[in-house]
Amino acid sequence: MSRPHLTLVSDGLTLPPEADAPASPAPAPAAPAKPAPAPLSAWSNVHAADTIRATSAQAQLAPPDSRRALKAFLKNPTAVTGLVFLALVVAAALAAPVLYPDDPLAMVARPLIWPGQDPDFPLGTDSLGRDVAAGLFHGARVSLMVGLAATAIGLAAGTLVGALAGYFGGRLDAALVRLIEIFQSIPSFILLIVLVAIAQPTIATITVAIGLVTWPTIARLARAEFRAIRAKEFVAAAKSLGYGHTRIILREILPNALPPLIVTASVMVASAILNESALSFMGMGDPNVVSWGSMIGAGRELLRTAWFLTALPGLVIVFTVLALNLIGDGLNDALNPRISAER
Amino acid sequence: MAAVLDVRHLSIAFPRATPVPDLSFTIEEGETLALVGESGSGKSLTALALMRLLPRNARLGEASRILFSGRNIAQLPEPEMRRLRGRDMAMIFQEPMTSLNPVMTVGRQVAEVLELHEGLSRRAARKRATELLDLVRIPEAHRRLDAYPHQFSGGQRQRVMIAVAIAAHPRLLIADEPTTALDVTIQAQILELLDQLRRDLSMALLLITHDLGVVAQWADRVIALYAGHKVEEARPQLLFGTPAHPYTQGLLAASPRLRADYHYSDGPLIEIPGSIVSAVGEKGCPFAPRCPVARATCRTAMPPLLPQGDGHFVACPVTTLREAPHGHSVGL
Amino acid sequence: MHQFLRLSRVLVRALIHAVPTVIGIVILDFFLLRLAPGDAADVMAGESGAATEETMAALRSRFGLDLPALDQLLAYLSNLAHFSLGYSPRYNMPVSDLILQRLPSSLGLMGISLVLALVIGIALGVVMATQAGRWPDRLLSVLALLFYSVPSFWIGLMLIVLFSVKLGWLPSGGAGSIGTDATGLAALLDQARYMLLPALSLSLFYVAIYARLARAAMLEVRSQDFIRTARAKGLSPAAVTLRHALRNALLPVTTIAGVHLGGLMGGAVVVETVYSWPGLGRLAYEAVMSRDFTVLLGVLLLSSVLVILANVVVDLLQAWLDPRIEAAS
Repeated sequence: MSRPHLTLVSDGLTLPPEADAPASPAPAPAAPAKPAPAPLSAWSNVHAADTIRATSAQAQLAPPDSRRALKAFLKNPTAVTGLVFLALVVAAALAAPVLYPDDPLAMVARPLIWPGQDPDFPLGTDSLGRDVAAGLFHGARVSLMVGLAATAIGLAAGTLVGALAGYFGGRLDAALVRLIEIFQSIPSFILLIVLVAIAQPTIATITVAIGLVTWPTIARLARAEFRAIRAKEFVAAAKSLGYGHTRIILREILPNALPPLIVTASVMVASAILNESALSFMGMGDPNVVSWGSMIGAGRELLRTAWFLTALPGLVIVFTVLALNLIGDGLNDALNPRISAER
Repeated sequence: MAAVLDVRHLSIAFPRATPVPDLSFTIEEGETLALVGESGSGKSLTALALMRLLPRNARLGEASRILFSGRNIAQLPEPEMRRLRGRDMAMIFQEPMTSLNPVMTVGRQVAEVLELHEGLSRRAARKRATELLDLVRIPEAHRRLDAYPHQFSGGQRQRVMIAVAIAAHPRLLIADEPTTALDVTIQAQILELLDQLRRDLSMALLLITHDLGVVAQWADRVIALYAGHKVEEARPQLLFGTPAHPYTQGLLAASPRLRADYHYSDGPLIEIPGSIVSAVGEKGCPFAPRCPVARATCRTAMPPLLPQGDGHFVACPVTTLREAPHGHSVGL
Repeated sequence: MHQFLRLSRVLVRALIHAVPTVIGIVILDFFLLRLAPGDAADVMAGESGAATEETMAALRSRFGLDLPALDQLLAYLSNLAHFSLGYSPRYNMPVSDLILQRLPSSLGLMGISLVLALVIGIALGVVMATQAGRWPDRLLSVLALLFYSVPSFWIGLMLIVLFSVKLGWLPSGGAGSIGTDATGLAALLDQARYMLLPALSLSLFYVAIYARLARAAMLEVRSQDFIRTARAKGLSPAAVTLRHALRNALLPVTTIAGVHLGGLMGGAVVVETVYSWPGLGRLAYEAVMSRDFTVLLGVLLLSSVLVILANVVVDLLQAWLDPRIEAAS
């Protein structure tokens, strides 16, 4: 794994310009907060210089690398296709209240107009006379919101557990690994059903529940990353400077552990959207909002006569999830160290 | 003696480079021919080309002739080529640790060749595999037959590789750096074994190596390769006694242990300055950029390989025109 | 003999390792059950229509529901030790009987789906790897990504529209023709007709996963030295691929297959509701709809244990495929 900062602390590589003044009396911003006693000031200066070198060199080198990754990402036709698709879905979600200001659950026309029959309802109406197009646009809001928020929860919880396990190791690690294993053995969708059934289905509980069942994946990954990075020289250097665990975890290790987590997060958004739609399809969604899954669930009753009611929301789900998976593939190509090492 | 292998105008090209532009050589029956050169000299590619196992993006030049027992196999269709591989010509590789299938017993890996080429039944092949493992001196071969490669040491794995290679009595055995990955003590044993098998089975042995010590001890004839060009060819005694090409001289100077009177305190380890990469895309002699005696003409055209008598061929007009082609005169 | 010993050591180690996980799941299950709104007394009271405070209290003390949490946990554990998962007033039978009744058809569906997914996925992956970079590979890669993005319940419904409604070839739900007295092959074929669409819907997602995985693994293996050795032996490309490359490439695929077993179980829940397949998933769905948490959590517990057992099998399979795996003492 090639990470830019790894060689920086131990050897005397060329210093970035602003780090070239270690002798300046003004305390460097990155220096330890505790002011050193006067006789030791020379030493504390050395430390401070090292700190500056480590952090600022890292800061200096990180942007070109992420820029390189971004460039690779934007050059990748897969990723760009995914981005364009996702942009369309986001645009639909943003435009929903403007294009369809009325409640998408309200009856607006006679029921079961087929797509193309009535120019006012280009995608037709369902069995209760609700506008399918309005449902799809508003459903995008629900899907994206649940997907993003649930992923954020899963990412935060998983990273926390993984970071603690990977960083501290020992008994804590053993216990947390066992916890991860327990949660990974439980079929996550069944656990999701149980959680939502216990907590009553609202958008908020569904989101939290999805986050709660998806954290183990992230936790495993984060643990592996933290374990690997913990052993690196720059972490040892940070420890020798007397930094606290929190600072080392958040400022030193986390930024370097992020790339694989980001790749997984994009796929997690996709699977969160799939989970939400499956829940809603089974009638366990929030009954007060329109969701693609609930539209499919409702359309299912009329599968034999009006199959478009099932087909259309499903196509939209496929489109959205495909977009996220394409982005995930693109991110993987751009951030995957093995491939970039070969270049 | 008949030539088992007669290679003429072999050229190997990749989309952007031609590591072997034009190479000709022969191997006689029962002979050990050594191909020497540093990594990047094209020696391993040449070996793969003879087996027709080049990477997908590599191409054999149209003028290439590989006469194996008098038959040109350079353009032989793949199905026919497969009948030769493992039966008439076999190869062992540099990395014994990774060259055997980790999830297949060594017995199966030896027997596979026998079933394929000798048409033996599974049972007969198993029995013969035991004999072969015995032949390459795997202790308690009958018990080790069902063991997996990870249960063998590096030297033993190379012995298994040799058993696989000689299973169908090939006429030509190609050994690509067979001992490079092994301990020095094991190296000698493996080479000893190869040499004995060559004599017992009257195989021709193409030994590919960068180790001049190996060459001096085991080869009947040596070809020094540089950037895909044959720069010198001779019997080992001749090559080590009176190396004529500046590259060979440099190689010898960089291998102090071949000189009996040498002691490490005599001087610093000598290296040939520059690297073989500098030869890429050069028009003339590929060694010219690193050569201490190169002339202007060396950089315009590749010097021809000229006989010096007694089976000694050299491709250097500068050193051969002088009366005494001695290594020390160049002073690398 | 050595092989047998090695595998049994791996089995024992995997089983021992699984024990704490099972205990953890049981405890989690217990606390989820306590979190659930209403207890068995409420359910029973609801079923019977009217109940006074006194009868509720009586019911609670009879079922030990008024005891401290720890005692209840111990009671729960001792019940589990007797293979008792509680009683479902709604179905009027023990939960374990209910689950055991539904288990075979769920296992059948998942088993067939897993086999379909592995066979089709690995085959596609091998084809993609041999064609890497050429158009068949690109086409199949796009297809795999599409499969990966399709909700199983939706593709299930679309398959019903196509094969049941429009073409009329296959039944749209259920697990077998009612009222037929077909036996032997005819009965098997009849079952297969009902099984095909649900199994296909459930496996599609996993076909995509295994295809991508098998492709990557095959490409990785193909560049290894022992493949060159196999070619130098004069083996045909088919023999090289099947005898030497595939078995090595299967190692990562089986690992991931183990990881996805829980997902497959969850997917079965949704697909079973689409096709009215009388399995565990359908039972879970019915339990949610009738708020029968004892049944729901019984399903959760049992499906988790199934996943753990399946992972033990995967460990064993891996040890069988890879002789380098030794059971550490």
